[in-house]
Amino acid sequence: MAKPEACRYAKSHEWVCLEGGTAAVGVSDYAQGEMTDVVYVDLPKVGRKVKLGESCGTVESVKAAFEFYSPVSGEVVAVNEALAKDPALVNRSPFVDGWFFKVKPDNPKESESLMDHAAYQEFLKTPAAHGSH
Amino acid sequence: MSTTTLRRTPIYESHKRLGAKLVDFHGWELPVQYEGILKEHQAVRQRCGLFDVSHMGQVFVEGKDSLAFLQKVNTNDIGRLVPGKAVYSHLPNGRGGVVDDVIVSCLGPGRYLVVVNAATADKDFAWFQSQAKGMDVRLANESDRYGMIAVQGPKALGLVAADYPAVGGMKRFCALELEVFGRKSFITTTGYTGEDGCEFIVPSDIAGRVWDDLLAKGRSCGTAPCGLGCRDTLRLEAGYLLYGQDIDDEHDSIEAGYGWVVKFEKGDFIGRSGYLEHRDKGVTRRMTGVRLLDKGVPRPGSAVFTGEKKLGTLTSATFSPTLGVGIGMGYMEGAAVPPGTKLSVELYGRRLQAEAVALPFYKKK
Repeated sequence: MAKPEACRYAKSHEWVCLEGGTAAVGVSDYAQGEMTDVVYVDLPKVGRKVKLGESCGTVESVKAAFEFYSPVSGEVVAVNEALAKDPALVNRSPFVDGWFFKVKPDNPKESESLMDHAAYQEFLKTPAAHGSH
Repeated sequence: MSTTTLRRTPIYESHKRLGAKLVDFHGWELPVQYEGILKEHQAVRQRCGLFDVSHMGQVFVEGKDSLAFLQKVNTNDIGRLVPGKAVYSHLPNGRGGVVDDVIVSCLGPGRYLVVVNAATADKDFAWFQSQAKGMDVRLANESDRYGMIAVQGPKALGLVAADYPAVGGMKRFCALELEVFGRKSFITTTGYTGEDGCEFIVPSDIAGRVWDDLLAKGRSCGTAPCGLGCRDTLRLEAGYLLYGQDIDDEHDSIEAGYGWVVKFEKGDFIGRSGYLEHRDKGVTRRMTGVRLLDKGVPRPGSAVFTGEKKLGTLTSATFSPTLGVGIGMGYMEGAAVPPGTKLSVELYGRRLQAEAVALPFYKKK
């Protein structure tokens, strides 16, 4: 589904991908690697209003728990039910099968405030990238 | 960020080559995982895993009074060790706690090897020196001279026995002095995973070679390099204590549920009277196993409740790959909490349903 090159990224390593009026969200490949084996993903319910930067989920790995901060504002319209059965999808396929949820965005232009793929790759080279996740 | 230089084991270059994720563990730069904690955990439970445990310390004890000295500083009965045998033991501090948990091997008459934890190696050695005053004992902290590799899992002894046939016939808790690549080394049938296996103690300069050799030969039986991540999930499933977390200078062996390592009949030892009191009058807190009934992963420090009453906190906790649920253990205050008792565990402000279970969580079939 989401191509890494077409995504926008938050400094906390979530991606958002706009596609035909909805925005899919998940965590980056770097983030899943840092999390190590994911064993539970706690997602917001369909219908919940989320805000950009708002904590709205938890990822539990064997090693630790990680907050998920929404990289987009809007209403949750779908969640990835497959993650309940197979949370390791986040590790195996962070951009395709391991997406978290979909949002009807309040403002499609909002994601322009986030990093594009090239900027995110540069960000990963800086010490600031390696604190939160 | 810390600017302290991390210590590296003699196997560091192999870890880099294998693409390990390295972390700071008590000042040592060690692999937390290579391919993934769950895969490595499974490799050890089903086949074989290799662990670099070179950070652990080795103290050699020799001299006419070596047995008397070891009897004094240990809870377990070192007098029962004949050459070639090993035992798990606690070092009581005489103040109701434990200096460290160790494995003592008898190498020969009056010759012993004590394997100590990395973070406590210097503390242990200083403690040994202070307790050996006036005794005919030579203590040598040779932690920097040796590397250590744990080979663990149902296929471990078979793999090692291919090159070291004597290991094939060794029962658990035996110790062998032998030559590895022509150098004086030791193999003990010990470990920290709940599986069969052994640990190599070899001179540092050949440790990398031993590691590479075991891994190359072990690949055909599914041997995987394993990091600290699965070392923790494996040992917690097996109910093993982590010194500094589950047991320390403030908690003794009986409170920790390890009364079996305290042998009163052997005679006097440091802290014996305190242990006797705990044995005869009982303890007011004890290590208790907890299994989550809800989804979630408890963490060290999570509070445990019965109803609204807080019983204690978990000292170790994680996701159990074998059971597929969150598990933990910690000291619960008051009367013993029988297995099956409904509990709850506080995690990020929420209460998750849990129950008390008997330790260990996992026993090898």
